[in-house]
Amino acid sequence: MSIRIIIPIILLTLLALVPFLTPGLQILLTLALAKGIAVMGITVLLRSGQVSFGHALFFAVAAYGGAFTLMVIPGADLVVVFVFGITAAVLTGVAVGLFVARYRFIFFAMLNLAFSMIFWSILEKFYHYTGGADGMRLPRPTVFGMELERGPYELIMFYLALIMALGLGWFSMRWLESPTGQLFRTLKTNETRLQYLGMSPQRVMLTGYVLSALLCGVGGIIMGLVQGVVTPEYAFWVRSGEMVFIAVLGGAGSVPGALVGAAIYEIVRTYASAFAGDIWQMVLGTFLLIIILFAPGGIAGIYNSVMDRIAGKKEDGE
Amino acid sequence: MTHLLETKGLEIRFGGVVAADNISIQIDAGKNLAIIGPNGAGKTTFLNICTGWLKPAKGKVYFEGRDVTPLSPRQITRRGVARAFQIPQLFTEHTALENLLIAVAARDRLKNPIRALNDVQQRAEMMHLLDMISCTDVAHRQVDELSEGQRKLIDIAVALALKPKLLLMDEPTSGVASSEKFGVMEILDKALAEAEVTAVFVEHDMGIVEKYADEVAVWNMGKIEMRGTPEEVLAHPDVIRDVIGEVA
Repeated sequence: MSIRIIIPIILLTLLALVPFLTPGLQILLTLALAKGIAVMGITVLLRSGQVSFGHALFFAVAAYGGAFTLMVIPGADLVVVFVFGITAAVLTGVAVGLFVARYRFIFFAMLNLAFSMIFWSILEKFYHYTGGADGMRLPRPTVFGMELERGPYELIMFYLALIMALGLGWFSMRWLESPTGQLFRTLKTNETRLQYLGMSPQRVMLTGYVLSALLCGVGGIIMGLVQGVVTPEYAFWVRSGEMVFIAVLGGAGSVPGALVGAAIYEIVRTYASAFAGDIWQMVLGTFLLIIILFAPGGIAGIYNSVMDRIAGKKEDGE
Repeated sequence: MTHLLETKGLEIRFGGVVAADNISIQIDAGKNLAIIGPNGAGKTTFLNICTGWLKPAKGKVYFEGRDVTPLSPRQITRRGVARAFQIPQLFTEHTALENLLIAVAARDRLKNPIRALNDVQQRAEMMHLLDMISCTDVAHRQVDELSEGQRKLIDIAVALALKPKLLLMDEPTSGVASSEKFGVMEILDKALAEAEVTAVFVEHDMGIVEKYADEVAVWNMGKIEMRGTPEEVLAHPDVIRDVIGEVA
């Protein structure tokens, strides 16, 4: 078995054992996984050459969808909350996507930002329904009919996030290699040829856009359920910027990079804010600057080049 | 009788330049037509109108008897009109074979939307197509690493992968070294015959026109000046003076 496969397996095994080895990191990593899933949505979009500064919209829609579900159906099951939250994100993705799919580059990025900020202001102003800046609570749902205490619930959420991250990561990679995904990727290089293949670039873009909305929605609902509260900050532009930041950090276009990038981001952010409370944003900014200047392929790029070097040395040795 | 492609009274202007001035032409299946004429005569504009990229101010385009004038390039492509470009339009992050497989996925309207691009039958079909254009050796190379001639051939192969009834080619040998031009056309001619595709091609090399066209249409100032067999047209004094550039 090659080292390229062994290292991810070791990392995944260690991650799966976190609740037993270092329980203090469990919540942090659950939130990182939730963010990582959302960042996979940005990563998918990046493969078509587009960047969105407004994908926190779907993150927030799913979380608020979950909160409303729990408000209307008190004690609803986790599955029901998930289904409603993600459906809300996907439907919003279709609605917004139908509009933005015809735009590209800066127009695409800014229109997404505009939609997310409209939603943010709705959340802020309609406080009778949304709780305004205080947000809405997401009381702990039942899990397959069982009412769980905080500890077991958080444990289940950790493993759920892990399974979702792996499953959706695998699906995203497979989708990007599928005919639909390949057509989506051609948006980056030649839309003219795409039309002359009998395909509509707008429809192709919409397909990927809805997938990215779904991924952001899954991230949002997990985040909301783990934090137990959702606020308008979920839809704020800073959150969207953070997703793009993590996508670049992990390796623009790399699905596994999104997850690793999110984990590193959360760890750096948590410890930087703990030990350098006043300058933690500066620490993160410097970190990103170093990545862009010296490793434009992000964490995934660094990993691949190290693996290539090891493989090269092995071949030389043989 | 229904023509494969027919245009009636096409007109289009770009500012003061008349790019199509009452263009009416019929193209029948099985007869390859070469379009010749000086630069700026409106040859590429004609292809752009026929494929829906440009909309004429006046006139109609019929494909197999149906009016396709208001349709988009995507819709016209789906009816069976494919296009190869003067500057090859390829997916530069993909290999030559992947470019063809993506075309097949589009042709089949994403019959297997999630299955990876590794369908054995489709791969074999596309490798055969690459074989027809003598490009099997570059199948797994990214297209931006290929020579201009190879990119031209792949661009045409992408169009052929759609199994069109009509292929419109804009200067298929431009950018190809003069020593390779006839070789490229020989390959193309065989591929078109095997695929049973009718071709309309814009060309500046009269040697190629003479050898590979069944008919020639001469464009000048947005008008069709003459149409006939290569022997008739290329021997005409006006064509020699205005297009070929030699004194009769």
